[in-house]
Amino acid sequence: MATLIGQSVKRVEDRRLLTGQGKYTDDIVLEGMLYAHVVRSPYAHATITSIDTAAASDMEGVVAVYTGKDIAESGVGGVPCGWQVDFKNGDTMKEPPHPLLVSEKVLHMGDGVAVVIATDRSIARDAADLVEVEYDEHDAVFDAAEAVKEGAPQVHPDAPGNLAFDWELGDKAATDAAMAAAHHVTTLDFVNQRVVPNAIEPRAAIGHYEDAYDRYTLYTSTQNPHLTRLLAAAFVLGIPEHKLRVVSYDVGGGFGSKIFHYTEEALMLWVTKRVGRPVKWTADRSEAFMTDAHGRDHVTKAEMGFDAEGNIVGLRLNTQANLGAYLSTFAPAVPTYLHGTLLQGLYTTPAIHIDLQGVFTHTNAVDAYRGAGRPEATYLLERLLDTAALEMGKDPAQLRFQNFIPPFDGVNEPGYQTQVALQYDSGNYEPVLQRALEMVGYEDFRTEQAAARAEGRYLGIGFSTYIEACGIAPSAVVGALGARAGLFESSQVRVQPTGKVSVYTGSHSHGQGHETTFAQVVADKLGIPLEDVEIIHGDSEAVAFGMGTYGSRSLAVGGSAIVKSVEKVLDKGAKIAAHLLEANVDDLEYAGGKWTVKGTDKSVGFGDVSLTAYVPHNYPEGLEPGLDFSSFYDPTNFTYPFGAHIAIVEVDAETGKVSLK
Amino acid sequence: MGIPIQVTVNGTSYQHEVDSRMLLVHYLRDVLRLTGTHIGCDTSSCGSCTIMVNGQSAKACTMLAAQADGLEITTIEGLASNGKMHPVQEGFKEMHGLQCGFCTPGMVIAGVQLLDRNPNPSEEEIRHALEGNFCRCTGYHNIVKSIQHAAENA
Repeated sequence: MATLIGQSVKRVEDRRLLTGQGKYTDDIVLEGMLYAHVVRSPYAHATITSIDTAAASDMEGVVAVYTGKDIAESGVGGVPCGWQVDFKNGDTMKEPPHPLLVSEKVLHMGDGVAVVIATDRSIARDAADLVEVEYDEHDAVFDAAEAVKEGAPQVHPDAPGNLAFDWELGDKAATDAAMAAAHHVTTLDFVNQRVVPNAIEPRAAIGHYEDAYDRYTLYTSTQNPHLTRLLAAAFVLGIPEHKLRVVSYDVGGGFGSKIFHYTEEALMLWVTKRVGRPVKWTADRSEAFMTDAHGRDHVTKAEMGFDAEGNIVGLRLNTQANLGAYLSTFAPAVPTYLHGTLLQGLYTTPAIHIDLQGVFTHTNAVDAYRGAGRPEATYLLERLLDTAALEMGKDPAQLRFQNFIPPFDGVNEPGYQTQVALQYDSGNYEPVLQRALEMVGYEDFRTEQAAARAEGRYLGIGFSTYIEACGIAPSAVVGALGARAGLFESSQVRVQPTGKVSVYTGSHSHGQGHETTFAQVVADKLGIPLEDVEIIHGDSEAVAFGMGTYGSRSLAVGGSAIVKSVEKVLDKGAKIAAHLLEANVDDLEYAGGKWTVKGTDKSVGFGDVSLTAYVPHNYPEGLEPGLDFSSFYDPTNFTYPFGAHIAIVEVDAETGKVSLK
Repeated sequence: MGIPIQVTVNGTSYQHEVDSRMLLVHYLRDVLRLTGTHIGCDTSSCGSCTIMVNGQSAKACTMLAAQADGLEITTIEGLASNGKMHPVQEGFKEMHGLQCGFCTPGMVIAGVQLLDRNPNPSEEEIRHALEGNFCRCTGYHNIVKSIQHAAENA
């Protein structure tokens, strides 16, 4: 049977999504459901002096109006942060509360101050306009580099200098010495600007409390249903996890922004119990801009030192990372352990030091977005190298080749120990850049460029190599670095009596196509047709546990957990098969969906073994019935993919228009 | 005050009284429960709510339900016939033209409209015709290929 892994197969999920039968959170309507609209601050920094909800409450169709005061009086704190990065001097990270609704002081534009619950989404919106909020506006600070200056407006009274933490990585003394002795130092000031992830599906959440069972259900547009369950149950509502079910069916893209536990999710859980009916909140696009966690926003001074031959001798950075007004779920990890640890890049830089401040500003929270910290590191390194090549009169490609880490396979040779904590698993970097140079015809390009310049045309070339730490993450490693959760993954492979297979995964698909790729893996390993395997995800009731999808972890971590369960199925299946074949387990081989006694034509199929497992009339003594296994997989290291990109552009010197060649 | 409307959606005639300010997209999603038409931006920028109104593609978030009185509407749910997907839907499946699927219904309708008007569009014409539809996952290349596939196999 042809292997399925590595084959291009049509996606299982496509028919549903192409015929309008996807089930996104806003598509769900529950019996008696109400609609919520959040009243948000138009100011970045202001004290609420009064809120008058009377007119809104009196409107026909309005069921309830709640303010931050109601939340505070109920004893519910706020949404927690999931990662702790402490100060260099050992002081604990500043972690001011992130309330579901603000009762005293708004800290960014879009901060929620009240919520209106009504029978109809338009009534909720109309009534929200009738909530009269008086503010006393204060000076605000938005730029991380400005926020750490003396006299800058303060975001939180207990976070002096607007610092959540300060942090360093690498050998400062060695780096300072290397930079002092460097033949040439390239210095650059960077602003890695803030971005809005803008998943095409706006976030949505439905809270549903059922008094009969004293149980909550949260339908939400998340990449991370189980972590949302943990955070909402244990840290917000103060209820045990089994009292909260989190469901996330189809999700319209995330790009990181739907990893986190948001105030609106917690708020819908809080209001549903009070009004005794399901309540739905769906963001509009303006709310998405104001409240979906943003990405990047670093201000960096970077220096790279070289010896007279062009070898990198040191890298020194000072960065202010803008965290926004509140600490989002993984925010402290992004500029630190997902950024500083990638500063080795593909280069042999012998001394590296980064000094970084995590900074509060009067802006929306910043957290993981597309690569999260790692692209920021790549950008710094590659801009430094291109600039250094120009300054030193060297070829930018050759400068990279000269400084690449030599090949290592990580098996017969150890992995490469970087100066910034990580140990790369294996690497051979020269061929990727070499291949990219061949693809663009680099040698001819330089001639073409010179000819173009003579005609007054401006052709330019940019290089970037990269490495990422993916397959997040070994739990013990991230635990030592401040993670407040493990980053393993779980799976369950339930073989049905008919030999069809239901696979439950804690990974969450929001465009990745897990229903196809994971089915490929399982069908391949079991030697059964792809359509005999169904992948179930996104429901904490169905899937026992999970850590969600982000950080390029689904296949490496979630897929490995599935393979572990498949192996358990095959181990037990072999015992049943051996019994049916009256043979020794050791004499069996499994291929093409059946167990065969080696060297004979005696065999039994996967379907027959599956049926026997559930109809155990003729069955091995002492063996439990059933063919259903779950597993957890915790990786031992990250995975380290790498590559090279080259872009050739022409710039119109008169208009500034850039065209990609 | 409710405004009486009669609309034909995917071949079925409906009569409802709608709020004068009800958007057509809310009528389709909330009243008819045809949730394949999505709301991505509320401002007719993203195209997730694209439907066909009397054979012309339109953004359902910037039409009132009341304006649809007497009109014939096709949504993504109405494209397949007898269990067979429309060639544009097939093209998306064949060429991996979707990931999360949220923009997809609007994108498919935009593709159907293009091929109605121009059965053999160039790549440039396809890209131009899709300017009103955003996709945040695919980077558009496979969407273009999907529509090319549909044009070749229609």
